[in-house]
Amino acid sequence: MVLEKGASVLDAGSTSKEETGSWRTLTPKINYEKCIRCDVCWTYCPEPAIEKVDGSNKPVPYKQLAKKEIPQINYSYCKGCGICVNECPVKAIDFERMVK
Amino acid sequence: MYKMLKGNEASAYAAMLASVDVIPAYPITPSTLFPEKISQFLANNEMDAAFIPVESEHSAMSAAIGASATGARVMTATSSQGLAYMHEMLPIASGMRMPIVMAIGNRALSAPLNIWNDQQDSISERDSGWLQFYAENNQEVLDLILLAFKISENKNVLLPSMVCMDAFLLTHVMEPVEVPEKQSVMDFVGKKEINYPIVDVNKPATLGSFAGPDYYTEFRYQVSKAMEGSVSVIDHAFAEFSKKFKRHYSRVEAYKAEDAEFLYISMGSISGTIKEAVDILRENGVKAGLLRIITFRPFPSDILKKYLAKNVKVAVIDRNVVPGAENSALSTELKAMLYCEKEKAEVKDVIIGLGGRDVTIDNIKDIYYSYEKNKEPVIWLQLKKELVEVMP
Repeated sequence: MVLEKGASVLDAGSTSKEETGSWRTLTPKINYEKCIRCDVCWTYCPEPAIEKVDGSNKPVPYKQLAKKEIPQINYSYCKGCGICVNECPVKAIDFERMVK
Repeated sequence: MYKMLKGNEASAYAAMLASVDVIPAYPITPSTLFPEKISQFLANNEMDAAFIPVESEHSAMSAAIGASATGARVMTATSSQGLAYMHEMLPIASGMRMPIVMAIGNRALSAPLNIWNDQQDSISERDSGWLQFYAENNQEVLDLILLAFKISENKNVLLPSMVCMDAFLLTHVMEPVEVPEKQSVMDFVGKKEINYPIVDVNKPATLGSFAGPDYYTEFRYQVSKAMEGSVSVIDHAFAEFSKKFKRHYSRVEAYKAEDAEFLYISMGSISGTIKEAVDILRENGVKAGLLRIITFRPFPSDILKKYLAKNVKVAVIDRNVVPGAENSALSTELKAMLYCEKEKAEVKDVIIGLGGRDVTIDNIKDIYYSYEKNKEPVIWLQLKKELVEVMP
């Protein structure tokens, strides 16, 4: 890739190539034993770095939730803003300091 | 056709001849005559352009960048505090690679308030990524602006240019100027080629985007390399210009410099006075000469070294002050350039002609005759010592 003169960006989707995970100081971790799959974190994530994936192998707080998709954090893009930690209604997201 | 033109009028004629599309400008002494003359051209239907009367110089340059980003050919003019007020936008113009051309009426910076000539304003924008040309007379003002469009818009350059003329000495002095035919100018400058990304609804793009630590260095490198690469583009444009219009320019004008043992180095209109002084000194058996720098950016080291990497004495006429530095801007540059040379000129820095103080032929001769007895590296030649308290 050669950079376009004048920092111009000619194609869409350039931000997906710019991984922002290294900006993070604290790292959110979802505790699936508490997570009620309400998707509030997925809604609020401004990046968006929270994806919905198959969660059939993850622990659940209630067995009725076993077949629902789970929110999963993509750490290549999560900047560690902590909004999901703040918004989670059941306090299922911990904000941890990770040693790189 | 010859016309009697003031420097500002010459730059307005250049804008008209080069078919500039957009002129955002805010008036400031001594550049006010430029937007005035442009307005006259537009009112008389002699020119087809959009004139944007903005509310400040900062807005003038912002509008210039925006207009240039649509692919328009853009020109503006300013001076002194106006240029300083534009400062924030200048590296944006060069960083976004917008080939804007700006005429500068070189005026002292406040405080104290002073509307007269020195070169502190454009010198202070040395590192903004703009090419800087300095004109000696009004013919050069016109020619250099035409050249600036051709050079700036070259796809290997794409950097903006300042064409600097001394306040009042050029901006307001009438001189006979040969105004070329519109057609021959258009043949030379050409219609603006769009060879950079522009604002276009059919081809959406982000211009002047964000670049974090991962990419910023590379963009700065590109600008730096474009400035270096502009040297050959300038030389080529000068050669083409002289073939077409029979007026010859070089990045450095050497006046009786070949065999000179004492060289003046200068920029701008003061060079005419120095040439007179050189002639008089030569009549008195002094092998004097002059190197007049036309392109301060890119700095013409390659040419200057030919004359200065040897045992000669040099007086650098600096019409700027760099407080806290060992020398003024031009001398600093020359000394840095010569540092690695085995044989090098003795360089003394002469600060003269600040805030419009007249520089006479006698002043210039004086520089030669007092050269040996001045032991300090910086000579404040016209300083009225009785008016200042000097620290012990």
